[in-house]
Amino acid sequence: MAGLHKSEFANPVINWVESRLPIFTMMQKEYGVFPTPKNFNYFWNFGALAMVTLVLMIVTGIFLAMNYQPNTELAFDSVQHIMRDVNYGWLIRYVHQNGASMFFMVTYIHIFRGRYYGSYKAPRELLWMLGVIILLLMMATAFMGYVLPWGQMSYWGATVITNLFSAFPVVGPKIVTLLWGGFSVDNPTLNRFFALHYLMPFVLVGVVFLHVAALHITGSNNPLGIDVKSPQDTVPFHPFYTIKDSVGMCVFLMIWAGFVCFAPNLLGDANNFIPANPLQTPADIVPEWYFLPYYGILRSVPNKLLGVCMMFASILLLLALPWLDTSKVRSARFRPIFRILLLVWCLTFVGLGICGAHKPEGVWVILSRLFAFYYFAHLLVVLPILGKLERPLPLPESISNPVVRGAMGKVAAVLLIAGGLFGMQGVTPAHAEEEIVLPQQKWSFSGLFGTVDIASAQRGFQVYSEVCANCHAMKYLHYRDLAGLKLEPEQIKAIAAAVTVPQGTNDEGEPKEGPATPASQFRSPFINDKQARSRNNGALPPDLSLMINAREDGANHVYAILTGYADAPSTMKMQDGMNYNKYFPGHQIAMPQPLRDGQVTYADGTPTSLDQEARDVVTFLAWAANPEQTERKQLGVRVILYLGFMACVTYALKRKIWAAVH
Amino acid sequence: MAHSTASTDTHGHPADPSKRDMLELLAGASAALLGAGIAWPLVSSMNPAKDVLALSSVEVDLAPIAAGQGIVVSWQGKPIFVRHRTPEEVKAAQDAKPGELNDPQTDAARTKPGHEAWMVLVGICTHLGCIPLGNKATDVRGEWGGWFCPCHGSQYDTSGRIRKGPAPTNLAVPPYAFESDSKIKIG
Ligand code: FES
Repeated sequence: MAGLHKSEFANPVINWVESRLPIFTMMQKEYGVFPTPKNFNYFWNFGALAMVTLVLMIVTGIFLAMNYQPNTELAFDSVQHIMRDVNYGWLIRYVHQNGASMFFMVTYIHIFRGRYYGSYKAPRELLWMLGVIILLLMMATAFMGYVLPWGQMSYWGATVITNLFSAFPVVGPKIVTLLWGGFSVDNPTLNRFFALHYLMPFVLVGVVFLHVAALHITGSNNPLGIDVKSPQDTVPFHPFYTIKDSVGMCVFLMIWAGFVCFAPNLLGDANNFIPANPLQTPADIVPEWYFLPYYGILRSVPNKLLGVCMMFASILLLLALPWLDTSKVRSARFRPIFRILLLVWCLTFVGLGICGAHKPEGVWVILSRLFAFYYFAHLLVVLPILGKLERPLPLPESISNPVVRGAMGKVAAVLLIAGGLFGMQGVTPAHAEEEIVLPQQKWSFSGLFGTVDIASAQRGFQVYSEVCANCHAMKYLHYRDLAGLKLEPEQIKAIAAAVTVPQGTNDEGEPKEGPATPASQFRSPFINDKQARSRNNGALPPDLSLMINAREDGANHVYAILTGYADAPSTMKMQDGMNYNKYFPGHQIAMPQPLRDGQVTYADGTPTSLDQEARDVVTFLAWAANPEQTERKQLGVRVILYLGFMACVTYALKRKIWAAVH
Repeated sequence: MAHSTASTDTHGHPADPSKRDMLELLAGASAALLGAGIAWPLVSSMNPAKDVLALSSVEVDLAPIAAGQGIVVSWQGKPIFVRHRTPEEVKAAQDAKPGELNDPQTDAARTKPGHEAWMVLVGICTHLGCIPLGNKATDVRGEWGGWFCPCHGSQYDTSGRIRKGPAPTNLAVPPYAFESDSKIKIG
């Protein structure tokens, strides 16, 4: 028999809603008074942090989708449009781009916490399994999102990952064609990936809801891994854990903002600043850091089908974890052997990631096999047996009456060091070829607080216009953008008016030319790539808009190339039309030496040595590749200070609130 | 994360309740400010982007437009009417008494001195945004010989002023200037 819910709220409006839909009672029950073990440590922040990240990813994603074009012709350009023209577009995009990494960091720590404290054991098996499904969905979403910018890594990542399915006999190639909607990764693929990338986060929200609903049935685990015995063991979720989660959130947002404002491309790949080219694979193709361990497993197996199966199994096996671990004791605090072996397992996971970042040669193959072996052995052999053999330490009576202190600090330190190692190794893939060491220059724009030297960039623009622009386009720049180099509107108008650019068609339908306006793109020296090639010995002079981002250590790279011309050593056989350069990979470059002493005449009287010209043009290109960089760093300082202040306030409040419990 | 500062919490008895209240207020306020700080760039991103703002001017060659005729050009995505008025049309526009007008404005205030034959208007009905008819001599032009909006029957005179119908104001005049006698630049 249906009936109105009995409601006792004082506010009549709330009462009216409440008696028809008891949502306030529910919120009060699940998030207000919800009894929560009182002994959580900060590892219990990470579920809430993941939730915050998911929300921020969805919100920023929706605003990005308003300006993104899922079309192979337009996708790359539309991302640059977001970065350069849309108000705060760079901020929204960098938050989203780095957000993917933050999401995986937080989720991996959350999973580790579950593993360490045995949160997957009865009665929380289903809760854990839903978590594994969330991880899988996240991976699919992140992968498809990475394809959207349609750079070289997007394209080749999509090709490699979708080709994984071709390993399956008989149906494999059919599945791949189905995924592509064609016979290679192309426009239909990009289109559907966009549609699915937009959909999946909402599926994620659904599964996260189930994950949380299941949590609220079983209640939370806790660092001791023992059941709640009496009301004394718990505190109400609010305000005790809302405030504790808030402290964690402030610190977490500080780290995120740090990446966004000071190192937005640290976790990315330079190759993705080059538009997708289906005819050329980049020399090193490496997935994003969060996929590296699985990539390591894939490459440790010499057989294609087996490698793919192992990779999928490495995650799917986690679904069975509640039954593979036969020990009744949850928390690793009371399982001394398990604790060490779990850490070893985590290190093998990190190790697999490091292997995944290196070319599969020599020692890396052996290491990755060793690590992959332990990854599976731990789950399939060690856990079932250890549960039977290990003698756990005596469990405390209750949460309010613990006898031991955790060693999580030490554990966290070990993992932090391992993670740092992974970070250093992971983001700079080692090159197997002859190493070219770029001389490191001092740049005005480098470092946390460095800003572009405007005078130098202005001179660099002159060098670009008089020299480089004869062969290299910069199609993502417009004359109006020169306002960022502190040029006055009148100067910009004059600069633009001196250049003749195509201007659509005249009334008879013929192509028309005319003087550029501030709204015009920088003039391109060639009408199309074909003409560019045919006039340059078959080599295409690349667009320079993003050059500094599109090369590893871009500023030093470009400077080294510009100043690295020399006579070829007699031992070297030069090909026709090629020039010797000390720093160009392979040492043979099609571009003749572009800059020499006295190539240009500076109005401000700066001496025009080759070094000065190269330095100025690199400064200009660095500005052109990241025109937002000064604003970004300034914003970063303010945001981090603000969040730091908030962290202090919430922490002080947390101490006050918890004072009565401790 | 925004925890209510008006918490009904009765747990815990902190030594100094006033300090706790202060901290709660501070935390709540800074969280609200953070929320606003996150919302601001997102909302701002929906405003016109720099490339849209930059496409601000078009030039129109007047030479081919015969007296009595009008053309439509696109400026910032909006239709701009450029009409070459006949001397009679100019006179009719200039002679209108302020009392006859719903939105009184002289013809002189809507044209450029020395170029009274030329009427340049944003061709968007001020009622609900339809594009009025009347540029071609063969179009319906309404009782005042200017423009007629097919959507709900607003009638504009030869100066683009509203005379009859639901539209509240005259057709807008965009910013423009004569570059020469036969060329204008809009925007
Ligand atoms: S829109 Fe023109 S009369 Fe309604």
